[in-house]
Amino acid sequence: MLTIDRATYDAIIAHAKRDHPVEACGVVAGPEGSDRPERFVPMLNAAGSPTFYEFDSAELLALYKQMWADDEEPVVIYHSHTETEAYPSRTDIGLANEPGAHYVLVSTREHGNADGPVEFRSYRIVDGEVTEEEVTVVDALPPRSTN
Amino acid sequence: MAIEVRVPTILRTYTDGAKSVTAEGETLGALVDSLEANHPGIKERLVEGDPVELRRFVNVYVNDEDVRFTGGLETALSDGDQVVILPAVAGGSGARA
Repeated sequence: MLTIDRATYDAIIAHAKRDHPVEACGVVAGPEGSDRPERFVPMLNAAGSPTFYEFDSAELLALYKQMWADDEEPVVIYHSHTETEAYPSRTDIGLANEPGAHYVLVSTREHGNADGPVEFRSYRIVDGEVTEEEVTVVDALPPRSTN
Repeated sequence: MAIEVRVPTILRTYTDGAKSVTAEGETLGALVDSLEANHPGIKERLVEGDPVELRRFVNVYVNDEDVRFTGGLETALSDGDQVVILPAVAGGSGARA
């Protein structure tokens, strides 16, 4: 299950709507092993495409260096589909390289840049196998445990 | 000479879980062979084809520079260089527009 706070959930949807019809992409980082998506990091889609995304190479390195310095990992990796449903494509599955991450897909096909509900779904993608999981949106993540 | 190589999560099955390993080589290509000698199987996750090239969705940085702009596998290395391997974060609907 993915537990995500309302502000981060809304920020992912806002990014997807803003970039529509181009696919939007990014990460929500969190402390290693915590499963807490805490730090929203929208990324540049270097492909600039309605059917493909790729993190910009320099931004990708900067992102990972920051996460290593802070003992973080990508808890959520998100992107949008702008013409199809929010389900991992063959491309998404073939290129999924973070088995510990929640892969979030949103679809802007219904309303594009305009207001209106957006499909928001989450998956684990491990060794080519996709497992959908429940998404729980909370007002705020519970306090970090101290142990 | 010793070069530190940062290994991404997905490839740590080849390094007994180590986040970084030491390898050597005067070029990136030689470094990949040196990695393969100690961590069998890792090479084919990094390169492909004949002549050998870096895989399209694997990014390698030497001292923070993407090697695609510095000669790919021919990129020269020196003692103390820092090499980072990062799989591209990519995908997409692939739907025809």
